[in-house]
Amino acid sequence: MSRPIVLDVRLLTAAGLLSLFGVAMVYSAGQTDTPTAVAGVYKSQIMWLLIGMGFAYAVGQSSVRFIEWMTTPLYLLSVFLLMLTLVIGQGAGTAASTKSWLAIGGIRVGQPSEIAKVTVVLMLAKLLSNQRETPKSLLDLWRPALVVGIPWAIIMLQPDLGTGIVFIGIFFAMLYWAGVAWPLLILIASPAISLILSFSVGLWGAWFFILLALVLWYRPYLIEGIVLMVLNVATGVVAPMMWEKLAPYQQNRLKVFIDPSADPRASGYHVIQSKVAIGSGGFFGKGFTEGTQKRLAFLPEQHTDFIFSVVGEELGFLGVTIALALFLWLFLRITQVAERANDSFSSLVAFGLMSSWFVHVLVNVGMTLNLMPITGIPLPFFSYGGSFMLASWLAVGILMRISGEGRGSALSLRR
Amino acid sequence: MSFHPNDIARRARMSTMALVFGFVLLVGAFFKTQVVQNRQYVMQSEENRLRPIPLPAPRGIIYDRHGEVIAENLPAYSVSITAPSVDSLRSALAQLAPTLQLTQNDINQAVRRYRRAPTRPTVILPDASIDIVSVLEEHRLDFPRLIIMSVPKRYYPDGPMVASFVGYTGEISEAELNDPRYANYKPGQQIGKGGLEKQYESILHGKEGVRFDEVDARGRPVRGQGPRPDLIPVGAPPLYTNIDMDLQKFTVGIFGDSLQGGAVAIDPSTGEVLALYSAPSWDPNKFTGGIPVDYYKQLLEDKRRPLVNKAIQGTYPPGSTWKLATSIMGLQTGVVGLKDHMPVSCSGGYQYGTRYFRCWDKKGHGSLDLEGAIKHSCDVYFYQLGLRIGLTKMLAGGISLSMRDRSGIDLPEENPPRWPYSKEYYDRKYGPRGWSNAEVLNLSIGQGANSQTVVNMAKLYSAFAAKGNAPRPEIAHLVPQRKQVFRLTAEQEAGILEGLKAVLEAGGTAGASAIQGLTLAGKTGTAQNTGGEDHGWFVGFAPADRPKIVVAVLLEFGLHGSRAAHIASDMIGHYLKVGPIKATMDEG
Repeated sequence: MSRPIVLDVRLLTAAGLLSLFGVAMVYSAGQTDTPTAVAGVYKSQIMWLLIGMGFAYAVGQSSVRFIEWMTTPLYLLSVFLLMLTLVIGQGAGTAASTKSWLAIGGIRVGQPSEIAKVTVVLMLAKLLSNQRETPKSLLDLWRPALVVGIPWAIIMLQPDLGTGIVFIGIFFAMLYWAGVAWPLLILIASPAISLILSFSVGLWGAWFFILLALVLWYRPYLIEGIVLMVLNVATGVVAPMMWEKLAPYQQNRLKVFIDPSADPRASGYHVIQSKVAIGSGGFFGKGFTEGTQKRLAFLPEQHTDFIFSVVGEELGFLGVTIALALFLWLFLRITQVAERANDSFSSLVAFGLMSSWFVHVLVNVGMTLNLMPITGIPLPFFSYGGSFMLASWLAVGILMRISGEGRGSALSLRR
Repeated sequence: MSFHPNDIARRARMSTMALVFGFVLLVGAFFKTQVVQNRQYVMQSEENRLRPIPLPAPRGIIYDRHGEVIAENLPAYSVSITAPSVDSLRSALAQLAPTLQLTQNDINQAVRRYRRAPTRPTVILPDASIDIVSVLEEHRLDFPRLIIMSVPKRYYPDGPMVASFVGYTGEISEAELNDPRYANYKPGQQIGKGGLEKQYESILHGKEGVRFDEVDARGRPVRGQGPRPDLIPVGAPPLYTNIDMDLQKFTVGIFGDSLQGGAVAIDPSTGEVLALYSAPSWDPNKFTGGIPVDYYKQLLEDKRRPLVNKAIQGTYPPGSTWKLATSIMGLQTGVVGLKDHMPVSCSGGYQYGTRYFRCWDKKGHGSLDLEGAIKHSCDVYFYQLGLRIGLTKMLAGGISLSMRDRSGIDLPEENPPRWPYSKEYYDRKYGPRGWSNAEVLNLSIGQGANSQTVVNMAKLYSAFAAKGNAPRPEIAHLVPQRKQVFRLTAEQEAGILEGLKAVLEAGGTAGASAIQGLTLAGKTGTAQNTGGEDHGWFVGFAPADRPKIVVAVLLEFGLHGSRAAHIASDMIGHYLKVGPIKATMDEG
């Protein structure tokens, strides 16, 4: 059953370097003038990294077919665990008011949503690869929508806006990779875009006409077209009322995204201090472990959500560029893996995992510079957190296996 | 699913482009923040962690004319604390209270200081004893936000002797902070509260320095010396005054503990104030760094009113000392000649209409000319002279002699004198028919609607000693300012002077105060006091021919001017280094 694996050195190197970089930053995050509990967390981060690598090795020893066979039970398990969080969930850190943690006897054991990110990718890949026809209409998409929608709905109930955004990113990226036409993707996204633009009547109006032109050109089923337009009007008009329904902290976060100085002592404080940390780092940074914003506790959540601000402050623009280049290198390699994968399931899994990470990087790093709202989304390989490190290296293992079995790989050449 | 290799390759190309685009965007955003806007964020991060601790600057030292120190700065310790909120301040103060022996009043005051300037360290003890400081130093680690600093503290070596003109310093008040004059001042700073300290605040106030402490997000100091160098406080330049501390101390000695009143000594040629004293005095050293409640209460309740400055604030009817003004007006308007005698000779009083106006001496003086009238201070002569001048010209004369204005001495507390602006004053006060021309009789002998400060009378006599040029009395050594207030012929001046000299000769009203080898000139006066014993005046100068010093003395409840004249002649003698003729001294 188990086949010999040939290492994808590029992929492993990129993931390994990012993890080492990450552990170093978690260590630095603990170096504050007034010592806190964060000082020791790098040790458990190393432990989680080693466990994750062990998992990756185990997954690498299995096969893609075994993974595909395991997909449905794993997916169902993760949905079950997510539902459990609604009942016995706990909050932590920046996400103190959300119930994303699963706790047994008061001890937090993990975040099921991190594992769900992987299983949803697997499940969606399995579903899409088994469909003979590329979805051409909105109606054809009900099954993929359901696969992502169920865990997404649970996560939004926790409520964990950041993870919800990741699921939506996975959904669109995988549909795109499966060959769904881009006008159809835009049509799917249109009600959400209407929602966002509804705050400005002019922008929403313009968007509505673009959408109308798109509908006339793409020509979906008449009923779908009408439903879409009605939906857009509904979200565009209903949005202001929905706004009232948002929890105050959610409203605050969105408001602060638009104008961080509106609330400098609360949510906006995080972003301002993060930008100050990054901006004061300059080109070469203040030196490893020497960041004053971090040392003197001006930077919040410096070991989790805002760890990239520590990179910016201590290692400067140079360190930031190296970290981002490593991510890009990894992502481009995974795109190659997806391109050369043996079958559509493997290809979709690879692209799905990559897009999940990409959304994480984009939203987390963007958040440190106030380009994205504060959603409490971690940075892969960097942010301190066991579940995410584990899930990330699980994904690395799957990717290594897919790469090993793919066309043009050493393994396939030998076969 | 369309998984034709061509399709996949196209999607991979598109994805690669999207990925690269996304990362270029991020790198670009970091470039903008970290490289382009770097300076702005470096500043913000410095502001975050560097807490400025103000370092008070020493005030300018105040010297007398011979370089003796009037006000200086001593090293003292201030204890202050930084706090993120009122609650945290209160709990810290509650913890510190036993160690620092804080009263509830101290705590309330600290909270008030904090509310005024939450970002500056809140002063708990402005002047902590060395015992408290050493205890605090031991417990330094328990109170990381505590700041113990060596600060300059104002000190007046001669304390109560100089209070009348030097004033005191204290923490700037709410009202002063709102005053545009103190626009650049910050809460907690020390400013001049009275006297020279207030008058010359802009000169005496140094430039505050700053020390930068590194603090964490909760405001706890991390390292003492921050990476930014201190801004050293710059002390103010010294203030040189015209005061002669020797004369000042001598004056204080004469008044002792029993006499109460005010005295001013002026150099008539320049207006330089040589001495200025109000008795009883108070101790300005007790006022610096917050006036103790019980001491202030004691001063307020003292019937001798030590807080009223009797040299520049108290106004008293000038009595006979005013006869100099009446004489000047009479000669200037030409209604009387030096040798003219008045129609009615003095028999102890003067009948005007239905009223009989007494002379101070019931025995009467007979017929006198101006010189004799001044020598004997004959009221009957001056009643008639006043009638000749007339009320309108009398009032105008007083105004042109500047006796309706403050002397302009460089002290902020000076009160204006009282002198009617015109006849309208009487119409308003008594009604058009409620008063008579008899008012001019009262005014001519320094009674009626006329009350003057001691310094203003000193200025009038200085003007006479300087041939009509009234100098502005100045304590600080500045460029003298003078104003011509009257013009008399040399002969007229000599005539009055003879009268003033005669006052201090045998038979004059202050004949007992003569000094051997020195010609004094001056005039006694009695200020009628409706509430009690009369006040005694003396204003005079010496040497009579080339005056170097003018002295005005008012003794509250001094009955008559002769005792005031003793004080004045002692001061003059001391200043001019000539001993008084003790033998002929006769008290009362």
